[in-house]
Amino acid sequence: MSDPIDLTAAQAAERIGAGEITAAELFEAYRARAAADDLNAFTWVADAAPESNGRPDTPLAGVPIAAKDLFCTEGVPSQSGSKILEGYRPPYTATVVSKLHEAGAPLLGKTNQDEFAMGSSNENSGFGPVLNPWDHGRVPGGSSGGSAAAVAAGLAPWAIGTDTGGSIRQPASLCGIVGLKPTYGACSRYGMIAFASSLDQAGPLTRDVTDAALMLRHMIGRDHLDSTSLEFPGEIALPSAEDLKGIRLGVPEDLTGAEGGIEPGVRSNFEATLELAERLGASIEPCRLPHAPHALSAYYLIAPAEASANLARFDGVRYGLRVDGDKDLVTMYSRTREVGFGPEVKRRIMLGTYALSSGYYDAYYGTAQKVRTKIAEDFRSAFEQFDFIVTPTSPCVAFELGAKLSDPLAMYLNDFLAVPMSLAGIPAISIPSGLSDGLPVGFQLAAPAFNESRLLDAAYALERAVGFDGSSARV
Amino acid sequence: MGVPPVSDYEPVIGLEIHVQLSTRTKMFCGCRLSFSDPPNIHTCPTCLGLPGALPVVNERAIHFGIMIGLALGCEISERSLFHRKNYFYPDLPKGYQISQYDVPLCLGGRLGEVRIHRVHLEEDAAKLNHLGASGRIHGSDRSWVDFNRGGTPLVEIVTEPDIRSPEQAREWLILLRTTLRQLGVSDVDMSQGSLRCDANVSIRPTGTTELGTKTELKNMNSFAFLERGVRAEIERQRRLVEHGEAVVQETLHFDPVSGGLTPLRSKEEAHDYRYFPEPDLVPIVVGEEMMSAARADMPAELPADRAVRFERDLGLHADTARLFAFRSELGDYFERALAAANGSHKNGGLEPAELSNWIPQLVERIGSDADPASSNVTPESLATLATMVKAREVSRDAAREVLTLLVKEGGDPRAIVEREGLGAITAQDNGLAEIVDQAIASDPAAAEQVRAGNMKAIGPLVGHVMRETKGRADGGEITRLIRKALGL
Repeated sequence: MSDPIDLTAAQAAERIGAGEITAAELFEAYRARAAADDLNAFTWVADAAPESNGRPDTPLAGVPIAAKDLFCTEGVPSQSGSKILEGYRPPYTATVVSKLHEAGAPLLGKTNQDEFAMGSSNENSGFGPVLNPWDHGRVPGGSSGGSAAAVAAGLAPWAIGTDTGGSIRQPASLCGIVGLKPTYGACSRYGMIAFASSLDQAGPLTRDVTDAALMLRHMIGRDHLDSTSLEFPGEIALPSAEDLKGIRLGVPEDLTGAEGGIEPGVRSNFEATLELAERLGASIEPCRLPHAPHALSAYYLIAPAEASANLARFDGVRYGLRVDGDKDLVTMYSRTREVGFGPEVKRRIMLGTYALSSGYYDAYYGTAQKVRTKIAEDFRSAFEQFDFIVTPTSPCVAFELGAKLSDPLAMYLNDFLAVPMSLAGIPAISIPSGLSDGLPVGFQLAAPAFNESRLLDAAYALERAVGFDGSSARV
Repeated sequence: MGVPPVSDYEPVIGLEIHVQLSTRTKMFCGCRLSFSDPPNIHTCPTCLGLPGALPVVNERAIHFGIMIGLALGCEISERSLFHRKNYFYPDLPKGYQISQYDVPLCLGGRLGEVRIHRVHLEEDAAKLNHLGASGRIHGSDRSWVDFNRGGTPLVEIVTEPDIRSPEQAREWLILLRTTLRQLGVSDVDMSQGSLRCDANVSIRPTGTTELGTKTELKNMNSFAFLERGVRAEIERQRRLVEHGEAVVQETLHFDPVSGGLTPLRSKEEAHDYRYFPEPDLVPIVVGEEMMSAARADMPAELPADRAVRFERDLGLHADTARLFAFRSELGDYFERALAAANGSHKNGGLEPAELSNWIPQLVERIGSDADPASSNVTPESLATLATMVKAREVSRDAAREVLTLLVKEGGDPRAIVEREGLGAITAQDNGLAEIVDQAIASDPAAAEQVRAGNMKAIGPLVGHVMRETKGRADGGEITRLIRKALGL
């Protein structure tokens, strides 16, 4: 084996365990690549592997991780892509990162993202946009765009990101890698700089499905520091299914119909992938999720509402940016937030503040929560007949930088197919299913809560059948 | 229709009380509670509102909350919610306070004659210190935040507007404090801020039931200030009505130095707190196990029940019953003395009400804030003294002198009576009839008036005997002997 960069994370861990390569060699190979990053995927890269973790006898054997900027990492910049937190180094480490460290994965670097995870193109970062490794004139998707680009380009073996309304799956789709959003509560949110608390969930961005399973195995679990985290029933099994015999796939026509705005190239790839699944033994039938088309509207009330409160702490008093207020408190607040936040963040704070205002709460936030309940019920009844619900991950392939910046609604529509699963709190995975005009297309499978192992198994069988080759992005 | 005269307006008062719970740790993190430690040493990512930190509910605070609810006769919600109350201030690190809103832990209830509206849990803000003449954040040169206090568990108790006078407000708050103290859930010290009280005050024509426009009074950090603040506000509102002006809904700051009230903010400036359910926490679910645990920790008898027992079962005067119940150290002392009297009232001996009269006498001698249990007078000796008075072994006046000596030196009242020669002189004693005769002889005019039927004139004669006997003779007995000597 010539270059360790060509190994998946699971393969690399195996080679280290077998003594064929050392963890230090692997770390340095990636560190050098990450340090030379020309995609702006990283906001910080380690100087050297920490000595305290990455021992070869640990399950992850020293295979390093890249972590989205919003994961707090002790002593290491954690800025959530925002100027208001520029240079902020937290005094503690997020639970998910600690768990991965304990399993033997040291921190390689922190990855760029849309500011406070608000965006679908990574153009909303306070530290500049990330470029798509398949085409440097295009976006990598967002908000975990840095993590997705780093993994696709081979600047990191694997990465963690967060998904609030598609922020793992959509960039994974646009960069031609695997992205998994786990069941809400499966991973602790402690130490994740919050966007929308009732939706945020950490998950893996990896080169293949096996890596996603391996990483997720070491992320899950109840955390006494996060009241909304849950004990995961059982272990995450490494996937091994070779076919999809007896698997019933539901295609929600409410999402994949005309309203979804699915590009022709994405649609034909999706249909071809369904045929592949059928050849593997799956049955494919249309299904109904009647409230799912309203998911985006509900999401853009609930997420900004929660964000408007979550981002109130960035007030210039204790940490991060402070712009002097000439001895007036309110002036200090408003100047700090005026300078520190980008336009998309301001837009969502205003949306959320409005949605929660006295006299509007019931009409906006209250109604949105009702819609959310209806969507979860839709999925529950669909899962009575189907093992998985499948859609394209994103209606389009990676678009050109700047193409949707001036039209927030067009940007929001990128997550039309991803947001319903977020609102329902169920797990969903995106796997690369081929190319359209030379750009990756993602295929999404969603499962009932806590069915990650089954979901990974099905994704694994399909992944083998697709035979996607992402190596051309790793130059 | 004319405006009713101002004297026909009655005050309507409701209280909002914040109580710091004496849990070991804060409401949503593991930091220790403290009062006088150096600033910002009891902090962590959660109570500093650092990015990414999350709250976790303190189970002990819920336990205390349930106990308070039970003590106030509330209905305990099986499922209640935390909400975020959003506003910006430097003492609020997250930009929102985690509180409870439309589904609180406890609903309804009653303490004494005042109904409870609700009881809920929340977190305290940090403490601000300002440098500069203003003493407030506006115009200060610099302000510091001490986050040691931030996140301290608070219980907010809201009453119905059932209070009708400043005195009643004060007395009821004392009852609440004693109740909470007995539960052991808080230090309930107003000067330390572990018990804080705001008042909602309005006035309305007596006999009507509609509520007038209310104002909210803040910063009344003692029982006396509460009474003074509420009184000042009632007077202010009466004057407004008297001049045909309307009361404006606003928040007022009570200044204990000047006794004045200054507006903090009006209704127009009122915050829109944009409450919504706290997504970082799951609902509080109170199961049977938590209820039994709270019940098991409840004291056998709460002050309000004790007052009823003192009045109804022991026949104490209503005011005395409440005094002893609300100031539990007096009640405890009284009950120990009663036990020492050994149930003698059941055989026609000392009545509890007779014994109870001696406790204010004792309090008067040891200082009104002192605990009689730590005085020189044991409950047993007070019981002995009261029993001696009842048996006419010592006159009431002489007994007061004995009590003064007991407070000074302690010991046995019988020994003091013996030593000081204060034993009662009765008709059987030879000397007393003689002294009565002397008194009549020394004031024949008074004697004549008494003979003529003016019983008021007997005073100087009784006084003479009292002086001569140094108070050892019983007043009633003296009166009887004088009348006898005058042939009445």
